Order: sequence, then C-alpha cells, then structure tokens
Amino acid sequence: MKASQFKKEIIFPVLLSIFCLFSTASFGFEPSESDSLHTKSETGQVEHISKSGDVDITKVAFEHILDSHYWHFWGEGHDAVALPLPCLVYSNTKGLQFFSSSVFEHGHAEYNGYTLVDEEIITSDPNEKIYDISITKNVVQLLLSSVLIFWIFVSIAKSYKTTGVTSAPKGKQSFFEPLIVFVRDDIAKTNIGSKSEKYLPYLLTVFFLILINNVLGMIPIGANLTGNIAFTLVLSTITLLVTSFSGNKHYWGHIFLPPVPKPLLILMIPLEIIGIFTKPFALMIRLFANMSAGHIIVISLVGLIFIFKTLWVSPIAVAFTLFIDVLECLVAFLQAYIFTMLTSLFIGSAVADHNEDGIHNADDDKITTTH
Amino acid sequence: MTGSIAAIGAGLSAIGAGIGIGLIGGHALEAIARQPEMYTKIQTTMFITAALVEGVALFGVVVALMGLK
Repeated sequence: MKASQFKKEIIFPVLLSIFCLFSTASFGFEPSESDSLHTKSETGQVEHISKSGDVDITKVAFEHILDSHYWHFWGEGHDAVALPLPCLVYSNTKGLQFFSSSVFEHGHAEYNGYTLVDEEIITSDPNEKIYDISITKNVVQLLLSSVLIFWIFVSIAKSYKTTGVTSAPKGKQSFFEPLIVFVRDDIAKTNIGSKSEKYLPYLLTVFFLILINNVLGMIPIGANLTGNIAFTLVLSTITLLVTSFSGNKHYWGHIFLPPVPKPLLILMIPLEIIGIFTKPFALMIRLFANMSAGHIIVISLVGLIFIFKTLWVSPIAVAFTLFIDVLECLVAFLQAYIFTMLTSLFIGSAVADHNEDGIHNADDDKITTTH
Repeated sequence: MTGSIAAIGAGLSAIGAGIGIGLIGGHALEAIARQPEMYTKIQTTMFITAALVEGVALFGVVVALMGLK
C-alpha cells in the first residue's frame, strides 16, 4: 500500500467525523463499497449470501457496527424485521426535507431525486449539495439512553433529597450509589485532588453515558454507539475543552515555556502543543476501537459456523462467543472507567498546583498520601 | 485468499500487546507473591495497564480495518 493512500484512508474517517461533529447525525465510517461477493437478488436487495451459499462475515460484521437509517432487528432479505427511521436532509436547493427512510425501500427506490447507497443518501442532481442530518440508529440510541440516564439519576437525586445521604439506599439507588462513590473517591479525588468537586458532574456524566451505552450496545439489537468514532470524538473534544479551559498558569507554562535548556525549546514547544491534542485523540481511538473490536469478535466467532458450514463447529463457536461476551461485560465497565480516569488525570495535570521549582504543594493531597 | 498488508501490521501490534500484557501479568504476579495484602490494589492497576496496552493492539486492528477498504 502506498504511503499517500494509507494517509488518505486515515485522514478520511477523521475528517468525516469532524464534519459529523457539526451535523447532528453520528455517522462514523462509511460502509465499504460492496465487492463482487455481494450479489443482488431480483428485487435489487443486497444479500449477504452469494449463489454458492457463502456468507460474507466482513459485510455482516460491518453492518452490525456501523450506523444505519434502519433499526434492523432480525431476519435477512424479505424476512427482515427493521424499523425505518426518519431522514432529515438539508439541501441548498430544496431546503430542509423530512421523510421516513422506508421511502428508499432498502436502497432500491428513488425518492425526490435521492437514493440510498450503502447507508449514504446520494442526490442525482449535480448542482445540489446535501447534508444528511437524519435521526439514524445511533442518534435514536443516544436519545433513548439520555432518557434512561435522566430517569435513573433524577429519581436517585430525588430520593437523596427526601431520605438524606445518611440513610440506607433503596432500589436503583443501592445499585448506583457504589458506582457514584467509586467515581467520586477513586477517580476524581485521587487524580484531581482538592478541586475535584467542580469536575465531578462532568466525570459522572461521562462515566454513566459511556457505561450505559456500552451495556446497551451489547444487547443483540442494540446500536454500537460507543463504537462510533463521531460519538467518541465529541466526548474527547469536550475533555480537551474542559482540560484547556481549566488549565492554570503552571500547565500552560509547562507547554509554552518548559523548564529545559533554551535550544531544546525549538523541539519541546511543538511537541508539547501536539501533546495537548494526542491525549484526547488516544481517548477517542481507545473507546472506539475497544467497543468496535469487541462487537466484531463476537460476530466473527458466530460467523465461524457459516465459514466452516458444519454444525460441529457450533459448540466451540458458541462457547467462545459466551466467553467473549462475558469479557465484553468487563470491558464495558473498564472502558467507562478508563475514559473517566484518563479525563480526570488530564484535568488533574491541568489544575495541579506547583511551586516555582515544579514541586507539588502540601495541599495537593494526591501527592501527600502517596509520598 | 485476498487481504491487505495492513493485516500484517495488526498482527505485529498484537505481538507487541501480547508481550506487554505478559510483562504486566508476570510482574503483577511477582508483586502479589511478595505482598499478598496488596492484592486488590495491584489487580486494579494491572487491569488498567492491561487495558491501556490492549488499546495499542486495537489501534492496529483499526488500521487493518481501514486497509480492508
């Protein structure tokens, strides 16, 4: 593979996701062009099964981890049970348009000059520029999980108001209280120190948003929202903004005037500036890659049955799938924890008090407890 | 059999992550054997570090997936 081509293929999804940040639709990757393996049936429906009976696992896996204009539940081809989702298209000639994705009849009907090719709305008019801001599967899951989180935490907050913080927790409260205390004490206080209270609402929001969406994504019909690079990009951008705006003079001093010999500044200042962006970038890729890879592994293990085309491989495939699924339960918690922990670590480094010689002050309880 | 050269890169990153997680696990075992009372703290740190190393392998997987196109 040529270097320029390689570069292009990395830059494209990143640019695309930056674009998606400004549109409300959370599209990540565009699905790959369907290759020769995918045959079209008489109605033009794209099938996963070719004439020889081979199943293209790559295609199936990508369809599961990518965003869609339909919420597909089960079944293939004509037996598929799917919920068509609303499409919102802004066009420079026709203005804002609103229609159901069922008008495309799964990609083989034209509506108002638009066609749906590989989950992308394409216009036939060359002068028209369209922006797809549809309510896609991921957007629906984001809204559903927001409602769920709102319901859970408003009722918990209410019960703290009525019964107080000293009485024993009840119902949902007893499940979530240890998690909230864990985020407060083990994540925020240990990494940020005395100023952690101010950042706790953000850390709790990030932790539970990622955790609940990770868990919802593991349910077979759930959308892979946390494995969508646009979603993780928005979260890590917020972390970047919070870190940058809460940075004190020591933090910025270390970036623009690091305590190194003068000639080294030429090298150090650009590196430190790049460092501001690589930290949230790694956060973005880590969550996206972990969740997407988990989903792909589960699909691939089930797909082994269809690759070997024998029933005898299924006990092994199912056992491994169960194992990976249980592991993914751990990863769902772990990734929420790691994202929150690293966010609080970055905030902690931005707000930490230093003396002129770079030694931490005594009120920095992170240092006093460990040394 | 078709494929992409990026798959080799994914394999190499898996080797790197394998070595990394092996080192973490091995040293965590040593540490627990030396100080069994620190078991929970060492285990938590081990999981975090292992997840961070695993992330690097998954970067490789992402690059390989991009190579599929």
